[in-house]
Amino acid sequence: MQLTLWTYEGPPHIGAMRLATSMKDVHYVLHAPQGDTYADLLFTMIERLPRRPPVTYTTFQARDLGGDTAQLFIDAVNEANERFKPNALLVGASCTAELIQDDPGGLALGLKLETPVIPLELPAYQKKENWGCAESFYHLVRNLLKRQQANGIAPKEHKTAGPRCNLLGPTALGFRHRDDVIEISRLLGDLGVEVNVIAPLNATVSDIERLPLADFNVVLYPETAHTAATWLEREYKQPFTKTIPIGHRGTLEFIREVLTLADLPVNENLISSLAERSHAAWYAASVDSTYLTNKRVFIFGDASHVIAAARVASQEMGFQVVGLGTYSREFARDVRAAAELYQVQALITDDYLEVEERIEELHPELILGTQMERHIAKRHGIPCTVISAPMHVQDFPARYAPQMGFEGANVLFDTWVHPLMMGLEEHLLGMFREDFEFNDNQAPSHLGGAKKTQSVHTPEESELEEVSSTQVLSTLSPPPQAHPAKGNDQSVEQSSSSISLSGEQKMQDLVQIWSQDAQNELKKIPFFVRGKAKRNTEKFAKETGVIHITVETLYDAKAHFSR
Amino acid sequence: MNTVIPIEVAQKISSVTPSASLNIRQERGQREVFCGLTGIIWLHRKIQDAFFLVVGSRTCAHLVQSAAGVMIFAEPRFGTAIIDDRDLAGLADANEELDRVVNQLLKRRKDIKTLFLVGSCPSEVIKLDLSRAAQRLNAQFNPAVKVLNYSGSGIETTFTQGEDACLASLVESLPLQPQDSTTDLKKLLIVGTLADVVEDQMQRIFKDMGLNQVEFFPPRNSKNLPVIDHNTVFLLAQPFLADTAKRLEDRGAQRLPAPFPLGVQGTRAWFTAAGEAFGVSESVREQALRAPQQRAQIAISKHRSLLEGKTIFFFPDSQLEIPLARFLSNELGMNLSEVGVPYIHRQHLAQELELLPPNTLIMEGQHVEQQIDRCQSMNPDLVVCGLGLANPLEAKGLTTKWSIELVFTPIQGFDQAGDLAELFSRPLVRKQKIAA
Repeated sequence: MQLTLWTYEGPPHIGAMRLATSMKDVHYVLHAPQGDTYADLLFTMIERLPRRPPVTYTTFQARDLGGDTAQLFIDAVNEANERFKPNALLVGASCTAELIQDDPGGLALGLKLETPVIPLELPAYQKKENWGCAESFYHLVRNLLKRQQANGIAPKEHKTAGPRCNLLGPTALGFRHRDDVIEISRLLGDLGVEVNVIAPLNATVSDIERLPLADFNVVLYPETAHTAATWLEREYKQPFTKTIPIGHRGTLEFIREVLTLADLPVNENLISSLAERSHAAWYAASVDSTYLTNKRVFIFGDASHVIAAARVASQEMGFQVVGLGTYSREFARDVRAAAELYQVQALITDDYLEVEERIEELHPELILGTQMERHIAKRHGIPCTVISAPMHVQDFPARYAPQMGFEGANVLFDTWVHPLMMGLEEHLLGMFREDFEFNDNQAPSHLGGAKKTQSVHTPEESELEEVSSTQVLSTLSPPPQAHPAKGNDQSVEQSSSSISLSGEQKMQDLVQIWSQDAQNELKKIPFFVRGKAKRNTEKFAKETGVIHITVETLYDAKAHFSR
Repeated sequence: MNTVIPIEVAQKISSVTPSASLNIRQERGQREVFCGLTGIIWLHRKIQDAFFLVVGSRTCAHLVQSAAGVMIFAEPRFGTAIIDDRDLAGLADANEELDRVVNQLLKRRKDIKTLFLVGSCPSEVIKLDLSRAAQRLNAQFNPAVKVLNYSGSGIETTFTQGEDACLASLVESLPLQPQDSTTDLKKLLIVGTLADVVEDQMQRIFKDMGLNQVEFFPPRNSKNLPVIDHNTVFLLAQPFLADTAKRLEDRGAQRLPAPFPLGVQGTRAWFTAAGEAFGVSESVREQALRAPQQRAQIAISKHRSLLEGKTIFFFPDSQLEIPLARFLSNELGMNLSEVGVPYIHRQHLAQELELLPPNTLIMEGQHVEQQIDRCQSMNPDLVVCGLGLANPLEAKGLTTKWSIELVFTPIQGFDQAGDLAELFSRPLVRKQKIAA
């Protein structure tokens, strides 16, 4: 049993729903109790799809449990098959139906329908959404193609000269999948590679049956397509791409990989003319971006977005990756390997409280994360951009905003840099700290300059802050004047509270006293690094046995830790 | 734990159907409704020192966070103890695991005074006995924390029934009072979660009627739990509180039959029922009700011109459908094409059903596909439905109002009657504006 206050991924049957909803002529009959229909709103409200997900739920109730829930399921399959006339039927159970063991797959196959039936067994008490999606996609592909093989039908060959690939992985409720597919299809076209099938997004059953016609597969999202692509490689000798075309360099590397798989010549002129679509590389090189150098960034999300984002952050933006992690346990090994490149330890967890603790520890200047990290960032006053599912209505922008390809690189540059304070503004803030417009409550002017007052926080947040500050008072017990007016110095309070949360015991023997001068000096440090400075000073003081922290200690510590 | 199955209740007491002129039908099939866990979204806000721990699956956790419509902005006062395969395989004793999780939680959250263990479909199916778990944990944590349990499972509860089950468990937890024969002073209790602002308005009107000892249940803080005995007279503020009402009656409390406080007609009848029961004279009642009633009528009239003569179709959702249909028909002149409800509690809704226009089609239960077919063929001007159906119906040219907003918005009482009407006129106004 695991205490969960918020979850990054849904149960595995939600993954199967994403597959069914992606496709045009597949229906999913789900043995599930009343209430599990909530999942429809993920698609109709969050993604704003103008149609219902093609899912029939049995919605059994307590009175049915004494009776025949199996019959209820059979009736639901027959009715759905008749009403929606799908070209393939997915059948399975949600968590509760898994416990009553009606065997939906066996029941549906027993009906001997003409429609292909694909049984899905997705262990709800072990696995999660992305795994469920990958597994369902794999079973759909395998089932339909094995059926084709058994019937001795070969898919119709088109007479085209050029190389062909499939685009695998985009789904409903995917992070920018809609736009990534457009961007990458265009790029492949420019390279002279024909896109045979895009699946599962907007695919049909007959599209799936045409998958073997491609020379290779492009796996855009390993989380959903890796299992199917691996099987296709084994069964049809179709190799698949390993590079995720995120970022300027990622896209260039992807182009080379595609050209190799497609057995096309590497035309450098073509590549550089395509790369001209990206402004991101030049913007990052322009002197205006100097201030981005070694900005401390923390990255969290699904595995492939995190790995790619870390690379972009480090190699293209010139940031320093101070921490990264993922909730995708299936890809933990890849994320750990990526973390080693930046000499950090990967955080593999689906507990957002652990993520928050890590963020508090690391004091990043920018967070690239999910909607949950966005809220963590908001609480700590750290700029943040969302780079990964789980999905929020804001992650379906009306405009074209891919993450992949050259246009994707442009989107990354804009969306990662805009939340940060601009270079000159940052200097001015540092130099003229006593200017009434330049105090800590003032947000960057390009963000509207709105005051960071309590009113922009939700009541729950301020409630949390109250708790933090009392914790600080009780654990640190510094001289009363050491605590600046509340609201002015929240970052300091929060950073201290993080210490008290992570190591209450350690704080017990740490009785350090800040002199008034040192405190005043501390206030002159920009608020977004002040917590770090305070912590470093205290750490330095502890290590050197200093109890009274003076201005001298502060600058000694600064010299000691200077990078 | 709620072992009552809604539709059976309805059938058992169908003999008390008040009006033969209503056209009540039943259907069965896929039910596109939330389960009772969803109630946690407003209950955890109402009872400010309570925590709701769902004992369930990842689906339950995902449901509660998705149904909240938004992400959780801070550490919420609800969570899920997710059952995993180790608990199912018997490798880990589920009870020990639950105790461990509760200990972990209560150590983190010292502010929690009441902990609800909320049963789910999986916990019911594996027969994890949460009432015994609550007893066990109470031995450890009471009096610092009171541990209660109820079921919000979809196999036993439909959407708002979760609140019913929660409140029923809260009634059950109240200490039994010795029969106090020294006083027969009646006191009024309002039952059902209301917005704080609505409670305050109601309290003022009760004061004007001379009723100074009115309590609300659930209270905002678990320290302020009411005493329930034979002197308790209660008015339901919500139409879905069957079990809660029964537990209150078991303790000698007396329910005042009344329509629900939605719209002028319902609110007036509701206050009147209280006034009459407490011997408030007609003139005092009139004095207390006149001004707010006039305000409400003015507020409503602005929307009447937009809604009059328009047809409305309700998909089943919150159990508020019948009182809302009555309000929209009687005060705004709308035509009811179909009123879908998850189930009908004929006793609590007797007064409401009498106020509906004759031959109103009420559909109890649901077969969502057939209902969508009917809805499309009736082509109403406005459809009230859940979040899963709204955009798909909009895409088919229908105008919709999400029903969940009616549960999350203050709509009861005189001063909200105009707001309530506005919730229905807004989608129509919007459509006009965008089309123009």
